[in-house]
Amino acid sequence: MSFVSTFNSLPLSELHKFSLHASVNDGSGKGLAGFAALISPAAELEELARRAHEVTLRHFGRTIRLFAPLYLSNECINVCRFCGFSRDNPILRVTLTPEQVEMEARYLWEQGFRHILLVAGEHPHFVSGNYLRDCVARLHPDWPSISLEVGPMETEDYRRIVAAGAEGLVVYQETYDRSVYSAMHKSGPKMDFDWRLETPERAYAAGFKRLGIGALLGLADWRIEALAVAAHVDYLLRNCWQAQVTVSIPRLRPAAGEFQPMVRVADRDLVQFVCALRLTYPEVGIVLSTRESAKLRDGLVPLGVTMMSAGSHTEPGGYTGQGREELHLTKGGRRVELSLPLIDSEGEHATEQFQIADGRSPSEVAGILSRMGYEPVWKDWEGALNEAS
Amino acid sequence: MADRRKAGLVTMTDKPQRLRIASRDFTSRLIMGTGKFASGELMAAAIEASGAEMVTVALRRADLTGKGDKFANILTFIDAKKYVLLPNTSGARTAEEACRLARLGREATGSDWLKLEIHPDPRYLLPDPIETLKAAEILVKEGFTVLPYIHADPVLAKRLQDAGCATVMPLGSPIGSARGIETRASIEIILEQATVPVVIDAGLGAPSHAAEAMEMGADAVLVNTAIAVAADPVRMAGAFQAAVEAGRAAYEIGLAPKRREADATSPLTGFLTP
Repeated sequence: MSFVSTFNSLPLSELHKFSLHASVNDGSGKGLAGFAALISPAAELEELARRAHEVTLRHFGRTIRLFAPLYLSNECINVCRFCGFSRDNPILRVTLTPEQVEMEARYLWEQGFRHILLVAGEHPHFVSGNYLRDCVARLHPDWPSISLEVGPMETEDYRRIVAAGAEGLVVYQETYDRSVYSAMHKSGPKMDFDWRLETPERAYAAGFKRLGIGALLGLADWRIEALAVAAHVDYLLRNCWQAQVTVSIPRLRPAAGEFQPMVRVADRDLVQFVCALRLTYPEVGIVLSTRESAKLRDGLVPLGVTMMSAGSHTEPGGYTGQGREELHLTKGGRRVELSLPLIDSEGEHATEQFQIADGRSPSEVAGILSRMGYEPVWKDWEGALNEAS
Repeated sequence: MADRRKAGLVTMTDKPQRLRIASRDFTSRLIMGTGKFASGELMAAAIEASGAEMVTVALRRADLTGKGDKFANILTFIDAKKYVLLPNTSGARTAEEACRLARLGREATGSDWLKLEIHPDPRYLLPDPIETLKAAEILVKEGFTVLPYIHADPVLAKRLQDAGCATVMPLGSPIGSARGIETRASIEIILEQATVPVVIDAGLGAPSHAAEAMEMGADAVLVNTAIAVAADPVRMAGAFQAAVEAGRAAYEIGLAPKRREADATSPLTGFLTP
């Protein structure tokens, strides 16, 4: 039974109502009911934070794993209202060749990263399974850990990418609210909610060892999203039991298209979500990107975060300017030839997916972690563990 | 010793004072883990304070390329002349992955000692008995000195011993759980039957847990989380060292048997004396 049927029979609105009126002691602290009580408005946040800190220490110690995203392509055939890469946005696009990807990766390597996340829009032509496999195969000899965050694919495609040396797959459902999902995704294969929802299971069947999920906070009520994410975690822990499950907590950021969040998710909401996740699922990895400010990121470290990106660029070629000569403008998915002066402009680069909020360099972030009493861990995996049998 | 004899004290001779693993002698019966520390420097200081002579390091944290990667430098904090390095295969989920990692590790570290850990469930990190036995059989043949991390399963312990493992390392409770020796009854059977040293690994959250393991007759304990995440890891390392020594001494001396009731003050068979 896939998560889709579990999800369809999930009493989400009852759990939501319960979460609004529960006290922390309701639900006996276990499972979804326990999680619902932890995200209650009545919960004492400082107390949750103290408990979450203790649990995090015991399970992960004083360490934070660092990683960097590497954007391969911002081509996309989906129309998603909140995403800078949305097909209808008239933006500068490019898909890096595997050679160019290697150049970008080399830059990240010199910064210290040994864990890399390859990110791309969804485009069967530019970002095909074979293309992704080639990118992974090129990086695998050097990189201990390679993950992907790309459009959902068939198990067979995933299998080839795993065989090339990939370890993890990240896919955000964006929103677990079906009606909001439909309103956000106006065109393209991403309109299929269930296909996306089953992606982590297909990835697991193909041999991925780390599965990342998450909701893009700011589209629907955060408590409902949090409950759905928790239910998804629960399902994956039971069914995909050999995988390390990680949860990301992205909040909407300004991006091309000027989309405004549908709902407000306050800093304290985000903190409560992290603490509730940590207390209910002590072993789950929690991932924090540069979408959040330096102050909030530093504050969240002791509460449950286990993996952080640093010094990120969210556009292809963002680190070393790779692919600049191939930049092109698309309107409504069609390529528009650019006038020469724009292409020649030195500072020109592909359009980013969203703006980052923490612009500190990787070494600055590492230095601050050390001063906070945490070891920044650059390498915590080994390529030999990813080789196909 | 002469003084003690004069005082009428006898030390039992079937309890060797030294720990011997694969023909190597150790004075310390505390093995240290190196994960979860706030820094390499703090880890090194805690190891020093623990008096440990053997330390285990996750190969996934180390540079295995031989290029001296300064971003994967955990091994540089461990003086190879001072400590026996026990690389471990944490992260491996199958025998094949563990073997591959072990071979790479041997090339990179020069140590053929190996803590074999295969835990496919990243949630509780409980060891897979089937894959562990499979890997142990292969690695022993390849010349590794294999110390396998296992559940407290007496039959599995026997099978691994027969396969040529240098120790068995049953868990007290899940890694990092600090729940102490929850597998006591099975560990007692393992201790009773073992022909190789038995190291209690995982779940020892307090010095008293370590002392308990030693009092039970364990040959050594492996401790990591309880020291690494303590507010003062260096002092906590010392506390564990003291506990291990106290527990071992008590075992060598012999503990008084536990009784439900007080001893009768006048002997019941006193009438037999002439």
